[in-house]
Amino acid sequence: MDQIRPLASGPAEEEPLAGDQLGQLLKLSGRGDESAFAELYDATAKRVFGLALRVVRDPAQAEEVCQEAYLEIWRTATRYDEDRGSALSWIFTLVHRKAVDRVRSAEASTRRDTTYHHKNQPVEHDTTAETVQASFEARRVRTALDALTAVQREALELAYFGGYTHTEVATMLDLPVGTAKTRIRDGLIRLRDAMGVGA
Amino acid sequence: MTTSDIHALSGAYAVDALDDIERAQFTRHLAQCAECQAEVAGLREAAHLLTETTATEPSAGLRERLLAEIKTVRPLPPEAPTPVESHRPERRRLRGLVAAAAAVAALGAGGAVWHPWSDDSSQGQLPSATEQVLDAPDAERVTQRLDGGVEATLVRSKSMNQAVLLTTNMPAAPSGKVYELWLEDADKGMVPAGLMPDGASTVLLSGDAAEAIGAGITVEPQGGSDTPTSDPVMLFTFENA
Repeated sequence: MDQIRPLASGPAEEEPLAGDQLGQLLKLSGRGDESAFAELYDATAKRVFGLALRVVRDPAQAEEVCQEAYLEIWRTATRYDEDRGSALSWIFTLVHRKAVDRVRSAEASTRRDTTYHHKNQPVEHDTTAETVQASFEARRVRTALDALTAVQREALELAYFGGYTHTEVATMLDLPVGTAKTRIRDGLIRLRDAMGVGA
Repeated sequence: MTTSDIHALSGAYAVDALDDIERAQFTRHLAQCAECQAEVAGLREAAHLLTETTATEPSAGLRERLLAEIKTVRPLPPEAPTPVESHRPERRRLRGLVAAAAAVAALGAGGAVWHPWSDDSSQGQLPSATEQVLDAPDAERVTQRLDGGVEATLVRSKSMNQAVLLTTNMPAAPSGKVYELWLEDADKGMVPAGLMPDGASTVLLSGDAAEAIGAGITVEPQGGSDTPTSDPVMLFTFENA
């Protein structure tokens, strides 16, 4: 991934770090190096928080998800295996799973949800500014997303950002059961090929 | 599920869009399929590119709290083979579970929030008997749903004479109680089939599952009972009895 990161960062952009540098920071974190972990946090926090926020929607809950996820990253950093994917992908996989778990179990409990909303008024969170400051890389991703068919993109976004299962996505998009998973997979393959990542 | 079917789940798996049963199946498949491992790795890299489009600054407080908290947490030693993900329940979560158990008198009250499958420590390590039941050609499934997203599926293989219970969002048993599993015998009625370990989401039932006409779950005092002492929270009837 390092070859597709911009060399110079715009204002407010995360400090770009090459994949192997992140892997190195993970390795150091696994040895208990707190400053390496802080550096890893600074290099990833916006994307991690942005992902959690997009999935769980409530900023307070998104921060909880982030905190849990980063603690898990700290605790299990030695388990990261560079042969099985990039450090970024490992981190986001963990965060995404936590965020999805959060929304699915919240959905499973209306009572807790109701209590939650009584206690925590949702904080107005202005994401527009962030979008304006979006990176060069974000523009590339958006362009690559244009290569997806509308239904592939819809299915992928409902799954990834919505936290819905492919069966739920199929119902939401009036697709026959079993087709949403194909759309998701095809969409990901197009995105992967357009961006030249992974296999 | 045939092999070609299961390959097709790679994309949904990469974005956590499988339900718990599919996820368990695919995880087991993944352990033995190098092709799917490579594909999942690539699709995950692609999926996570989407986070470029949603970057948002968290509060400064998060960084402070986190850097303070890691001082109290010891990084785990390396492990071989390395799981891609390792989400073991944290202590805080377990405390939440205990609180939930205290708050919830019985199943179906819709109170407890817990997603047992978030514990991926079982990844690739499910007991082989359980795996075999789930994969058995004659496996039959009966699913029960309760309020609050609680779902339990009983999978029984007559040829293997075994049954497995898979649960989702099952709240912990009330304080001092335990979930007991039962196999229903046509003559003897409910026969004890084991206790559900605290926090478990997958349990292999003991006893002769092939003969059973159904199964059930009750809440019993710690240690379990010889016959049910409370109304079942769930009952399953095998079609192929």
